[in-house]
Amino acid sequence: MDRIKVAQRVGQAVRLVAKTALLAAMLASALMASSARAALEYNLQPPVTPIGEQIFDLHVYIMWICVVIFVGVFAVMFYSIFAHRKSQGHQAAQFHENTTVEVVWTVIPFLILMFMALPATRTILAMKDTTVPDMTIKVTGYQWKWSYDYIDQGFGFVSNLKTPHTQIYNQEPKGEHYLLEVDQPMVVPVGKRIRVLITAGDVIHSWWVPAFGVKQDAIPGFVRDAWFRADKPGIYRGQCAELCGKEHGFMPIVVEVLPADQYAAWADAQKKKATAAADDPARIWDVKELTARGEAVYTANCAACHQANGKGVPPAFPPLDGSKIATGPVAAHLDVVLNGVVRNGQATAMVAWKNTLSPTEIAAVVTYERNAWGNHVGDVVQPSQVAAAGK
Amino acid sequence: MSSIPHDHAGGHAHDEHAHHPGGIMRWITTTNHKDIGTLYLWFSFIMFLAGGCLALTIRTELFEPGLQIVDPEFFNSLTTLHGLIMIFGAIMPAAVGFANWQVPLMIGAPDMAFARMNNWSFWLLPFAVTLLFTSFFVPGGAAAGGWTLYAPLSVQAGMGMDLTIFAIHIMGASSIMGSINIITTILNLRAPGMTMMKMPLFVWTWLITAYLLIAVMPVLAGAVTMLLTDRHFGTSFFNAAGGGDPVMFQHIFWFFGHPEVYIMILPSFGIVSTIIPAFSRKPLFGYASMVYATSSIAILSFLVWAHHMFTVGMPAAGQLFFMYMTMLIAVPTGVKVFNWIATMWKGSMTFETPMLFAIGFVFLFTLGGFTGLVLAITPVDIQLQDTYYVVAHFHYVLVAGSLFAFFGGIYYWLPKWCGRMYNEAMGVWHFWLSMIFFNITFFPMHFLGLAGMPRRVPDYATQFTDWNMVASIGAFGFGLSQLLLLYNVVTCIRSGPPAPAKPWEGADTLEWTLPSPAPYHTFETPPHVH
Repeated sequence: MDRIKVAQRVGQAVRLVAKTALLAAMLASALMASSARAALEYNLQPPVTPIGEQIFDLHVYIMWICVVIFVGVFAVMFYSIFAHRKSQGHQAAQFHENTTVEVVWTVIPFLILMFMALPATRTILAMKDTTVPDMTIKVTGYQWKWSYDYIDQGFGFVSNLKTPHTQIYNQEPKGEHYLLEVDQPMVVPVGKRIRVLITAGDVIHSWWVPAFGVKQDAIPGFVRDAWFRADKPGIYRGQCAELCGKEHGFMPIVVEVLPADQYAAWADAQKKKATAAADDPARIWDVKELTARGEAVYTANCAACHQANGKGVPPAFPPLDGSKIATGPVAAHLDVVLNGVVRNGQATAMVAWKNTLSPTEIAAVVTYERNAWGNHVGDVVQPSQVAAAGK
Repeated sequence: MSSIPHDHAGGHAHDEHAHHPGGIMRWITTTNHKDIGTLYLWFSFIMFLAGGCLALTIRTELFEPGLQIVDPEFFNSLTTLHGLIMIFGAIMPAAVGFANWQVPLMIGAPDMAFARMNNWSFWLLPFAVTLLFTSFFVPGGAAAGGWTLYAPLSVQAGMGMDLTIFAIHIMGASSIMGSINIITTILNLRAPGMTMMKMPLFVWTWLITAYLLIAVMPVLAGAVTMLLTDRHFGTSFFNAAGGGDPVMFQHIFWFFGHPEVYIMILPSFGIVSTIIPAFSRKPLFGYASMVYATSSIAILSFLVWAHHMFTVGMPAAGQLFFMYMTMLIAVPTGVKVFNWIATMWKGSMTFETPMLFAIGFVFLFTLGGFTGLVLAITPVDIQLQDTYYVVAHFHYVLVAGSLFAFFGGIYYWLPKWCGRMYNEAMGVWHFWLSMIFFNITFFPMHFLGLAGMPRRVPDYATQFTDWNMVASIGAFGFGLSQLLLLYNVVTCIRSGPPAPAKPWEGADTLEWTLPSPAPYHTFETPPHVH
């Protein structure tokens, strides 16, 4: 091939590279302009547990091996596309078989894979070893919230999405932790080996905190476990990672890692609160107290389906405003809330709330539903009635 | 090996003026493999556009954080039906369409072995997708548990799920009949002299695909039947309270689901292995090793299903076994990529549209293969499972993989099918626009997944906004680019310049010995293969 041809080819290549660079620069500047809100995210979140760190390093290691092979293999292909083209007058060779070559490119990838499998195996064995925990917390997924039970310490709570609907429906600006904020985060001490027992109450969910390198499906009827040791105090955010129905995108996980003394103070306060919150079921409440409490219970547990305005999302989630059940006899209303709705022998999205709500909470929410929106039944349901109906 | 003698019905010879009903009845009653291939291909293209519309609705909702145009339940229906329609309505029927047209032509057979069953296996499909689309309008809406239909979420769903289950049964029956037909045709109707190891690679990949289909479609039918009885007849296969196990559904589903992945990609391997030698003007490198690699992939595909389930909490031994097996698939897949590149090496290449799509396939499919390898590493998968990284990965292997190969195949065989040439410049535009917009759509999804965005969510935290905007813009570009293909094919059929019998210099399979367009009946006397 003569010099002019080479020069032409180089010229072509330079022009191609220049055009591509220009395109990339245009795309990049467009991105920069739009990224005033938040920095562009490219990689795994910074890990704060030993397992999280191993996963992070493993990913970087595997990815670079892949990049090197990719560049090598396609350098060959693009060289061939460039050099062995008919327009360059290249004549086709007719070879079509070579056993040695086939063996080589079977064996070499196999060896590379072994070097990938070794560190991965070590990490798997470490992550599956959930023995000798310092502390155990039971995590239960529900449609669509998480509950945390500190089973060694005798308290627990439910953790709901805190982002208001007005932000979700674009009626007000979105906050800093939009969709990744809860009313009550899980709290753990720093540097302790925490074992989480994970299960679910209805369908499969998945408990995932990226910074911890933990993702474990929550399977109804079975308990699975995982562990982590967070080495840095802070607030870490994750989300449910298994499609679990309508509000799947709206059940975040927030874990607050505290220094030992602050954790102890928090746990102490929780225990006291648990004792105080054990409502006396014999107490007689007045209407105002009960509906105020009921509204809070409704917002946390019922509004996702039946909506804050009681209109529901028919037909899957019926309205309560003006419904026969919410305005009919108290006994039937209580039955639905306590025992849920079973259709054709299968549980529906309306679960039995007696498992998760106290008699006082159920009394409050039923009273609220009977007297909110367009409902004006006017009666008051006391916790003692709920306790009697629940037997 | 001899072929079945052709029965000249009524004693008169067939010629160019074939005796068959005209108009719509021609298509409803046809038993001709070319007509049925055409039906399959048009059907799958319509489904491709329909599934694409669902995808564009998803991308519109995800353009910005917050809920704008659809509510969350409907969003879940969109992702579910997008998956089901693209897999069972677009990719799989398109592959069967290619098989119908090309398998008889490439092995020198007069038609498919079971011509009437062939008609039935196609005509089941419109009923199945009608059920799927109808399900949007029943109380409770269409299935919304994801295309994987995981129990117990799918047990909770409304009657849209029952319609989906029934649709899957029908499509499964169609696939099984199609596979029986393809296997019988390949094993019994090859022209004299065409031994198994002389078959074009497309025929080989389809033979293996058909066996995979027969092996796993009944498994899927079993899984959805158990779902149906759990929903309506009081069984507890997937209900722990009745002694069942929700995770068992996933095991059964993915025992179907993983071979299904190869069902969708192997025919594409075959198409690419046909196109690359033709435009390199050089025989396929390592034909035998390609056959062995395809077979190994098919066998390994039965041993890797639980890599879709690394987060369900299986024992360490289970995670290790499925990780090793999954990594092993990289070996035969690598062999195929190396063989394609070795075929190009020292060839005399030209870059017509089919070749562009084949090269695009090799490049992007390999990228998708590498992200597959990253996902095979169990600890890394624990972070990435059910995130947008997985969405990026499987769109690289299914869109840039299967679909690009089908596009290449359409441009490659269109001159033979309709006797006219497509517009080359427009084809090249279609390739480059698809290539660029595909990457704008799906490459940023790797970043989204790594940064922690779950899949199947209608709304997301604000740090994911930028890449979602980029992906949505790319998606509309990609979707609109496909109208170029439609326009090109329609104008080609109606008014393209006449195509010669063999428009591609390096093509050497049997169909190019026929005139263009291929006559309605071909190889009534089998050709001799040397």
